[in-house]
Amino acid sequence: MNESHYCPHTPQEIDEMLSAIGVESVEELFSAIPAELRAKAFNIPPGMSEFEAFDRMKAIAGENNSEMLNFIGGGFYDHIIPAAVDHLSGRAEFYTAYTPYQPECSQGTLQALFEYQTAICRLTGLDVSNASLYDGGTACAEAAMMALRVTGRNKIIIDGCVNPFSRQVLKTYLFNLDVDVVEIPPVDGLLNRDELSKLLDESVAAVLVQNPNFFGCVDDFSELAKQVHAKDALLISSVYPISLGILKSPGEMGVDIAVGDGQSLGNPLSFGGPSFGFIAAKKTFIRNMPGRIIGETVDNQARRGFVLTLQAREQHIKRHKATSNICSNQGLCALRGLIFLSAVGKAGLAEMAVLNRDKAEYAKAQLAAIPGVTVLQTAPTFNEFTVFLPKAADLVVAELLKQNIAAGVPLGQYYEGSENCMVVTVTEKRSKKEIDTFVKMLEVELCN
Amino acid sequence: MQLIYEQSVPGRRGIRLPASDVPVAADLPKNLIRSEAACLAEVSELDLVRHFTNLSRRNFSVDTNFYPLGSCTMKYNAKVLENSAALFAPFHPMTALLPSGEAFCQGTLGMLYELGQLLADITGMDEVTTQPLAGAHGEMTGILLISAYHKAKGNKKKYVVVPDSSHGTNPASAAIAGYEIITVPTASYGDMDLDLFRQAMNDEVAAVMMTCPNTLGLFNPHIKEISDIAHSHDALMYYDGANLNAIMGKVKPGDVGFDVIHLNLHKTFGTPHGGGGPGSGPVGVKKTLIPFLPQPRIVMDDDGQFLLETVKTGTIGRTANFFGNFGVMAKAYAYIIMLGREGLIQVSEQAVLNANYIKEKLKDYYDLPYDMTCMHECVFSASRQLEHGVHAIDIAKFLIDRGYHPPTVYFPMIVKEAIMIEPTETESKATMDAFIEVMIEAAKTAESNPQALHEAPLTTPVGRLDETKAAREQNVCWIG
Repeated sequence: MNESHYCPHTPQEIDEMLSAIGVESVEELFSAIPAELRAKAFNIPPGMSEFEAFDRMKAIAGENNSEMLNFIGGGFYDHIIPAAVDHLSGRAEFYTAYTPYQPECSQGTLQALFEYQTAICRLTGLDVSNASLYDGGTACAEAAMMALRVTGRNKIIIDGCVNPFSRQVLKTYLFNLDVDVVEIPPVDGLLNRDELSKLLDESVAAVLVQNPNFFGCVDDFSELAKQVHAKDALLISSVYPISLGILKSPGEMGVDIAVGDGQSLGNPLSFGGPSFGFIAAKKTFIRNMPGRIIGETVDNQARRGFVLTLQAREQHIKRHKATSNICSNQGLCALRGLIFLSAVGKAGLAEMAVLNRDKAEYAKAQLAAIPGVTVLQTAPTFNEFTVFLPKAADLVVAELLKQNIAAGVPLGQYYEGSENCMVVTVTEKRSKKEIDTFVKMLEVELCN
Repeated sequence: MQLIYEQSVPGRRGIRLPASDVPVAADLPKNLIRSEAACLAEVSELDLVRHFTNLSRRNFSVDTNFYPLGSCTMKYNAKVLENSAALFAPFHPMTALLPSGEAFCQGTLGMLYELGQLLADITGMDEVTTQPLAGAHGEMTGILLISAYHKAKGNKKKYVVVPDSSHGTNPASAAIAGYEIITVPTASYGDMDLDLFRQAMNDEVAAVMMTCPNTLGLFNPHIKEISDIAHSHDALMYYDGANLNAIMGKVKPGDVGFDVIHLNLHKTFGTPHGGGGPGSGPVGVKKTLIPFLPQPRIVMDDDGQFLLETVKTGTIGRTANFFGNFGVMAKAYAYIIMLGREGLIQVSEQAVLNANYIKEKLKDYYDLPYDMTCMHECVFSASRQLEHGVHAIDIAKFLIDRGYHPPTVYFPMIVKEAIMIEPTETESKATMDAFIEVMIEAAKTAESNPQALHEAPLTTPVGRLDETKAAREQNVCWIG
């Protein structure tokens, strides 16, 4: 009987329970399922001990290349993670709890998420944040839907410089709704402002931009915000949180809703997840925010405490009239984000951002010195930049992969006519020596 | 307890960063940089560690307390699962999307492929996408797949039908996917009223969303009939997998007429709930819906190599930026291979045994609106206690003082003063017996001293909190 690892009953206890219930067998408890509907086959392999299972997991992980030197980003970034992040988020009191429906016995999670919301507000320069969304792409989609609710309009304009995956996710979310999604193709790696001016009218709910954008270019959307507001539309900006250590915040630009992926804040690459999405907005939009929100209050003895608040927006109360369908979000990943930001701290985040840019600028200069290679220079960059190669980027990247270097993200499959371009990412984790090796190997590859 | 920001001292540093080995870059133009640093915490590493350690101690959790939160399947989360997921921390998802990049990610792509196959077998589906990031995200993905199916067939569809006992996420997911909702009441036998369902059905219904067993913990014996009626209108059957923990190896949703399902890996497959995520919500479909699945799809070629396949037409597109919550899926995969066929069957059997045991032991003390054999959870009503002015929430708070995380209360909404108990299979008889004693004590106290229940909890860091004040003042960011 005891095939399973975590079912504690002895046969005797099972008998006692069955007789308390008044049935002869466990099978009798399933008698509500008509015989003709019963499973005819169940082909899961036999089980094993945790030691054998862990060996299998190690073997699976071993089939991936673990020597790869990453110069790729595309929304996920290879950053340092302080040891304290793993240890503190690894406390089972955090990770084996659930959504804090009962606040008196969930103050740990609730206060941490309130502190998280505060960190996101301060990072983005906006007034309110929720307790996290799923990821960066779904955060873009949720922000767009929020703008549709706020304005009552049905058109979204997307800058083609926004991460192509996020753009796809947004379109999938809006797939079955009567919403017009218009994309503006980039010009020289930047938003085509002339085209935007032509398209921007009173039917537009929101304009979605990204900073730094997919090409790595850093922009200032302050004037754009005024232009968008003149039409009573909203400006949504997707941001890379580490860059906000130095870059102008969405709040300073007049952005209405800021979103992004929080992976870079203390969450491992983990083949794409889990990470978390964040969303922050001006206070007037709080009732249209999606997902969970934590609020400060007091208890019956006037002691400070925290609760899930504005739940009247949510699916478990409002059902089909809810502002989103979110139930579980990414609580533990958001907690990791908070611990990361608190460990690195105010000065540390700024230094980390500078370090990223310094490394990238060094790599950019070295790459630009290779004969036949140029870099996109239409705007300053943060830790990613676009490189023009003398031959197809797909071929170059495929060749360098074989030498354990992920050289960059080729742009050809995302932007027509960009077949010779790739985006290179350099985080603080890449040493000068690794950058020099990469540059040398690329140079050799281009000579072949 | 102080906020981390209240412990901050200007100039105090925590983690030391790596030194720079490259030249300092030229300054960015002024208009691109922020006017002042973001006001994050300024604490030492020890301050940080004490703060979060002490915060963690203000939580109830599965590892510290019995947590019979109905509908959430708060089972034990095996420690080896944490170790397993950590093995995959260094792998960049973008590698697989580079030209010929799949070759360098055969382990991770293969695991996702194999997990999909295992989940398809457990549920009786033909293919599973692992992209959705949580249960509700899976629901939305499933409904979008259904809308793509109808569009491709030229069907004009407008409605999604849900029973009134459904999770709130069902109507919410259908609504954000553009459908109007038709809600069908529950009959006295505890399932969606068949006659009213027949009346509600018409050719404009796109899908019927069912949880089976439902949120009352009951298996619907008419499920095949319901799906036949739905299919006669070319409406598809959607299975909310929240309660799959009750039926593994016993019945497969795909065999009883469901066309699309989502799973909550964090419920059935033993991955931790994380204080509210990360979850993982894979979606399984029958063959006819495969062309619409999110991209890229993971496929296996004739040589056994795993590849990413992207098609331009038909697909609903992409529901997440990469391949889903991989770390959560690694845990679920390790859980499934570890428990194996017999282990998973035993999970469902003992989950059902435990729920029935608690139901039987408490039914003399609490009203049981649907008194029949339950599956993995049972739903009581505190209406008897209400005669003494005691609500379900008062019983919940009393339980907290006794060291138990309360059951789900006030859900499903169709049960007045609902108390929904899901013990899960990992709890021992001794734990349940102790819980039962405390529940009986609560029922007796409701009669003898209702005030004592109103005053609970008294042992927690804070007492009952003023939720109205929180909603009115909307202090969601600390202004210090």
